[in-house]
Amino acid sequence: MTFGRSSALFGLSGGVVLVLATVFLSLVIGARSVPWAEIWQGLNGQIDSIGAAAVAVRVPRTVLAVLAGAALGISGAVMQGITRNPLADPGILGVNAGAALFVVVGIAWFNISGAATFLWLGIAGAGCAAVFVYAIGSVGQGGATPLKLTLAGTATSIAASAFIIAVVLPRNDIAGNVQAWQVGGVGGARFQTILPALPFALVGLLLSLASARILNALALGEELAAGLGQNVALGRIVAAAGAIVLCGVATALCGPIGFVGLVVPHLCRLTGGIDHRVLIPMAGLGGAVLLGLADVAGRIVARPNELDVGIVTAFVGAPFFIWTVRRHRMRGL
Amino acid sequence: MSAAEVHMALAGRRQREGRRVVLALGGLVALVFCLVFLTLSCGRGCLAPADLMAALLGHEDAPGFIVNDLRLPRAALSLVTGLCFGLGGVAFQVMLRNPLASPDIIGISASAGAAAVFAIVILSFDGWVVSAVAVVSGLVVVVMIWALSSRRGAAGARLILIGIGVSAMLDSVTAYVLLEAPAWDRAEAMRWLTGSVNGAQMGQVWPVLGALVVFGGLLAAVSRDLDILRLGDDAAQALGVRADGTRLRVTVAAVGLVAFATSAAGPISFVAFLSGPIAARVMGPSRGLLPAAGLIGAVLVLAGDYVGQFMLPYRLPVGVVTGAVGAPFLLYLIVRTNRNGGTI
Amino acid sequence: MNVMAKARQLTAQELSAGYDRRTILEDVSLEVPAGKITAIVGGNACGKSTLLRTLARILQPKGGSVLLDGKAVHQMPSRAVAQVMGLLPQSPIAPEGITVSDLVGRGRHPHQGLFSRWSAADDRAVEAALEATGTRAFAERELDTLSGGQRQRVWIAMALAQETDVLLLDEPTTFLDVAHQIEVLDLLVDMNLARGTTVVMVLHDLNLAVRYADHLVALADGRIHSEGAPEAVLTEDMVRAVFGLECRIQRDPISGGPSMVPIGRHKSQLA
Repeated sequence: MTFGRSSALFGLSGGVVLVLATVFLSLVIGARSVPWAEIWQGLNGQIDSIGAAAVAVRVPRTVLAVLAGAALGISGAVMQGITRNPLADPGILGVNAGAALFVVVGIAWFNISGAATFLWLGIAGAGCAAVFVYAIGSVGQGGATPLKLTLAGTATSIAASAFIIAVVLPRNDIAGNVQAWQVGGVGGARFQTILPALPFALVGLLLSLASARILNALALGEELAAGLGQNVALGRIVAAAGAIVLCGVATALCGPIGFVGLVVPHLCRLTGGIDHRVLIPMAGLGGAVLLGLADVAGRIVARPNELDVGIVTAFVGAPFFIWTVRRHRMRGL
Repeated sequence: MSAAEVHMALAGRRQREGRRVVLALGGLVALVFCLVFLTLSCGRGCLAPADLMAALLGHEDAPGFIVNDLRLPRAALSLVTGLCFGLGGVAFQVMLRNPLASPDIIGISASAGAAAVFAIVILSFDGWVVSAVAVVSGLVVVVMIWALSSRRGAAGARLILIGIGVSAMLDSVTAYVLLEAPAWDRAEAMRWLTGSVNGAQMGQVWPVLGALVVFGGLLAAVSRDLDILRLGDDAAQALGVRADGTRLRVTVAAVGLVAFATSAAGPISFVAFLSGPIAARVMGPSRGLLPAAGLIGAVLVLAGDYVGQFMLPYRLPVGVVTGAVGAPFLLYLIVRTNRNGGTI
Repeated sequence: MNVMAKARQLTAQELSAGYDRRTILEDVSLEVPAGKITAIVGGNACGKSTLLRTLARILQPKGGSVLLDGKAVHQMPSRAVAQVMGLLPQSPIAPEGITVSDLVGRGRHPHQGLFSRWSAADDRAVEAALEATGTRAFAERELDTLSGGQRQRVWIAMALAQETDVLLLDEPTTFLDVAHQIEVLDLLVDMNLARGTTVVMVLHDLNLAVRYADHLVALADGRIHSEGAPEAVLTEDMVRAVFGLECRIQRDPISGGPSMVPIGRHKSQLA
């Protein structure tokens, strides 16, 4: 037990170091090369040169990438725990797409603006999509197998994006905004929009952490978890609420970003074991690192343009998804 | 039943079935014809049949530009791409014994689209070359998906999941390439992401028509063996059908059809996926599934385009309309399959 | 049935076969007696199915050859083999919604050309197959609506409609209850007697194999342990070597042949 605890501490502190390194890279590297002196000026708020101004923009952007990445990583870990499905991910299960649909409809039809309203819409959309996909995926024998859940999620995503296009296309006034947001970007981040999200993110984090023990029990199967004296239904609801709030927040802030929630928990399990009390915080750190690095990569590969972070995570995450499919001998496969 | 009665019953059934096939296919052809006629004659306003004929025949005082340069290429492109998607889709579905294994779900449309965009934007190719690049990349992706999902045991589910992953990856490639395009307008992006026949020209139609003749012919030649393959590899081989050879030919034909259609009109969402299951419901277990699926593909594209253009408060590309119809159908199929508890 | 089967010589010569890099069958030589019923028995994973699938040219051998009337089946055109030799695989797949007569009609595939239409000979073969298997009454029904035993009879009817001289069956009685097992095996004997079809089948149940086969092949670890008339092959030593099971051989009161009674660790009055 002592060994487990010390190695968990080691993993977590390693994660913190990696997050700090990511933050550093994200501030220093960009589509434009900026000398060190100007970077320092930009960080101190002395915006005298173009370089310093560019760096000043990188600050909220970095904060957003780290925050959203952490939210998605935790959300993925919790979803994989609840569904006992190695392919669970807010993007693959269509939860992000549901959040996106709600936000877009809010913008287009109800003229909604304001960061807090976006957050409520995102969370509501994520919740509806999660319930819908899980309901469809668990019809019939064998419950929610990876194949059924993935298919239901894919179909829901496609349906949601078709509706989003149908809503957005005729509205030239909002089309540009929505499209940039929909690909999944952290480029336009501002502190005014990030701040209202913090309480939501905190609630999601606490719910997720609170459900760690029940997720550990659930890993042994539903019957056994009930036999161990856990209230399985309640635990699932708490855990799901945490995951939904987190990915709703992330989606409302930067649009649907796929695969972070898939990749990170698997990598964390390889290094930090399978105890959810360790896995969940690790997944948060890992998600922050992954999304931060993906954002940095997106600024480099397409210079002078910037590649949206959602495209980068899909390109990196999809092969990982395939690898996971190949590696696991899953139920229903 | 006596032997004579059985004989009569079987012969009678075959006759009825033959009639049914002819009737159903004839009905579909008539429907396609009606939709083509509708596309040609009715836009914002409707032309009288006489005016339409006059325009098609090139009379001076007829509205020749609208009919011959705008509507005719659009109708023709919808027709040929619909046929291609329908045929290619059902071929995959039958071969892999799974309606979910259609080219637009397992990543073949996505790869053809990504390759076409890459060839156009980065390599500045056009015409036949783009289609050829799309075909080659479609084949490469098929081989890749197969290699990745081949392992002894139930490969079907794994193949579909891996296809979904490949699709996601290739769509991100498409998005990246579009970002690099110098004149990146949303209409063009929409064509490559969901499919559209906006601004169709006859020059786009000919390669697809050629593909339809060549690959459709190849598919027709193997259609009987394909039908036997539905009994499983071992049974098919026992009946003298070489499973691998048949699969190879079907794959080449289906990828050719889908890739040519995609490089002309983009991966029109879900047409390849929808046509087969609808055709199976129209035709029942009788033969004629392949041509029926092709015709239904044409119906879907023609009708979807017409609805998207004129029947909604604003104009939408055909891929958005078929996507909005197809996604709920996919959900329905998943629910139905799950409830039956069998293979899809 | 009106068409008599020709006597075909099916032999395996020093056959080795397996999957991927794993070799399961090693150096098996076998001569299938023409016009008789041969049963292949053995423990799990001894290579029974592998042997049958290689005989049916579905699996490429790693070494040796399978000869049909002196010609190597793996080199013959697949369709030509299919006109002479049929196979009923262990778990064939029925397309959704297919009717019985339609499925049985698929058995005619090797006799039809690319453009040739359904012929009177096809009709006759299908009707005869339905008649022989007692499935005529539900010729118009969908396969999904039938019971397991009925369904298995329909699959056999499909193999019969192929009108081959040799018929290979891979565990035709799995998933059937004991009454249906007997029904299917009786049907195969009927067919063998009526047409002189050479039958080779893999069977799980040793006692049923002994009762129904003219020729018994016992496989152990990918090699032939013994073969010959069932009375000669079924011995306590053979069962020990092939199945790793102690047993007694006694007289089957119905057939008069031998029959095997297993000895377990419990419920024994011997000691």
